[in-house]
Amino acid sequence: MAVTSTIENPVVARAQTRSVSWRKLTRSDRLWALAFATPYVLVFAAFVIYPICFGLWLGSDPATYRQLFADPVYPSALRNTLIYLTVAVNLKLFLALLLSGFFMRKGWWTKILLLIFILPWAVPAIPGYISIHWMLNSQWGLVNNAIWSLLQADGPPWLDNSALALGSVIYAHIWKWLPFWTIILMAGRMAIPLELYEAAKVDGASALDLFRHITVPMLASLYLVCTLLSSIWALGDFNAVRFISGGGPALSTHVLATLGIRNAFEIGNPPLGMATVLSALPLLIPLVILLMRQLKKGQVQL
Amino acid sequence: MSLARRARAKRHIAQVAAAVLGAFLVVWSLVPLYNMVRVALQEKEDVFSSNVIPATPSLHSFWTVFDTSYWLLAKFWMQMSNSFWIGVVVASLTLIIGTLTSFTIGRLRIRQGWMLTNAALMTYVIPMSFLAIPFYGIMGKYGMTDNPLAVIAVEVTFATPYAIFIFQQYGASIPYELDEAARIDGASPPQIFLLIYLPLMAPALVAIGTYALLLSWNEYLYAFLLLSTEGKLTVPVGLGKFLNSDEAPWNYLMAAAIVYAVPPMVIYYAFRRKMSTGLTMGGVKG
Repeated sequence: MAVTSTIENPVVARAQTRSVSWRKLTRSDRLWALAFATPYVLVFAAFVIYPICFGLWLGSDPATYRQLFADPVYPSALRNTLIYLTVAVNLKLFLALLLSGFFMRKGWWTKILLLIFILPWAVPAIPGYISIHWMLNSQWGLVNNAIWSLLQADGPPWLDNSALALGSVIYAHIWKWLPFWTIILMAGRMAIPLELYEAAKVDGASALDLFRHITVPMLASLYLVCTLLSSIWALGDFNAVRFISGGGPALSTHVLATLGIRNAFEIGNPPLGMATVLSALPLLIPLVILLMRQLKKGQVQL
Repeated sequence: MSLARRARAKRHIAQVAAAVLGAFLVVWSLVPLYNMVRVALQEKEDVFSSNVIPATPSLHSFWTVFDTSYWLLAKFWMQMSNSFWIGVVVASLTLIIGTLTSFTIGRLRIRQGWMLTNAALMTYVIPMSFLAIPFYGIMGKYGMTDNPLAVIAVEVTFATPYAIFIFQQYGASIPYELDEAARIDGASPPQIFLLIYLPLMAPALVAIGTYALLLSWNEYLYAFLLLSTEGKLTVPVGLGKFLNSDEAPWNYLMAAAIVYAVPPMVIYYAFRRKMSTGLTMGGVKG
C-alpha cells in the first residue's frame, strides 16, 4: 500500500491516495467491490435479463403475430394506446406546466390548496380508481346522481360507451398523476434564477412575455424529459384501464398492456400475450432512445 | 390616476380568477375522494339510490371492516399485514442493494461502474407490466407462484434503479476526502461503508425507503398475478376481488379502501418535505 510509505508528508499522501483510488484499485478493494456489486448483478440477471430473454423467446413465433393481427380487438387496442399516450400524457403535462406557475404564487392559501391538490397522488391508485369507476356508474354513480338532482335529466352512460369510457380512463389518469408532474415542474421553475424575471420586468416585459421568453425556454428540456418518461410509464400502465373501464364495453377500450395480460392469463395463451406486449416495442424503443439522448445532454437528471 | 385604477382593477381580476381556479381545483381533487367517503358512510341498501349526500350516514361499514364480519372482508387484516410486511422487506432490500451498488460505483469507483449504471437505467425504462408474462412463467418454473417472495423479488427489482440514481447523486455531495482520511487511518471498504457512507446518506435513505415502501404498498399487477390464496393476498388485490363478486358491497369496499389508503397518506404528509426533495432532488440540475 503506497499510503503508509508516504505518511510523513500528508499532502503527498493525499495526492497519491487520490490517484490510487481513481486509477488503480488494490486487490482487496477490487474484491470488496465485487462483493458489494454482486447483489444487484444477481437481481438484474435473474429478474431483468432472464425474463427479457424468456419473453423474447415466448414471442418469437411469427405465427403468433399473424393470430394477433387477425384479432379484431387488436387494432382498437393499438388505437387506444396511441390516444392514451398522445392525449392523456400531453394534456396532463400541459396542465401541469400551467398549474406549476399558479402554485408558485405566494400566500398561505396557495400552500393549503397545494396540500389538497396532491391528495390524489397520495391516495393509492387502486382505491382512487375503484371510486372513480363507481362514481361514473350510469345508474347509481355520484356524477349522474348530481346531474339528476340538478337538471332532472339522465346523465350520459359514462362507461357503457366506447368513446366516453376511454375518455373516463384518460380523466382518471390525469386526476391521479397531475399533482406529481406539477410538483416536478414546480421544482424546475424554482431552479430558474429570479434575476432573469426581474431584469425582463425592468425592460417592461409583460407576464406573457416572461412566460414565453424565460419560463418556456428554461423549462424546455425538463418538459421534454417529463413527456418521454410519462409516455413510457403510460405505455405500461395497466391499472387505469383495468379498474376504470375494465377494457369494456365489449373489449373496446383495451390498451396493449391490458390486452397482453388478458391474452396471456384470461385467454390462457402466454405467447399471444407476449406478442401483444412486444408489438408495443416500436413505440417504446424510440421513446427510450430520445430519453437517453436527452439525459446524456446532462441538463436534466432522473 | 386612471392608470393606477386600471392596475388595481387588473390585480383584482387576477385575484378573482385565482380564487375561481383554486375552487375548481379543490372540487377536481376531492370529488372522487368524497365519493369514497360518501359510499362508505351508507348502508348496503342505500348504495343503490340517487342521493348525492348520504341520507342517514353511519359508520356501520367501518365497523364491519374492523370486526371482519362480512365474508369478503374475513381476511382483510391479514392482507393489511401482508402488504405491510412485503413493503418493509422490499424497502429494506432496496436500501441494502441500492446503497451497496451506489457505494461501489461512487466510492470504490470501479472501472465497470458505468455498466451498473446502465443496467439500472435499462431497468428503469422498461415498463413493469411488460415483464409480467415471462416473470410469471419463470416463477412457475421455480415453484414460486403464490409465494410472497416472488412479489418481493419483482418489487425490489423495479425499486432499486431509482434508488441507485438518487444515492449516487446524493453521495456525490459527500466529500471524497472523508473516505481518503479514513483509508489513511486504515479503514477497510466495509468500515467506510458502515461508519461514514451510510450515516451521511441518512436523508436519502429515508426518502428512498419511503419510496420503496409506497411502491410496494400500491403495487397491484404482480401481486394479483402471483398470489392466489386468500390469506396471502395484499390489500389492493383483495379490493380488486370485490369488484368481481356477484354482490356489490360497495359500502364495505369503500370503507376498506379508505382504511388501506390512510397509512400512505399519513406517510406522504409526514414526510412531505423529505419525499419531495427525494422525488424531485434529481428532477433538475440547479
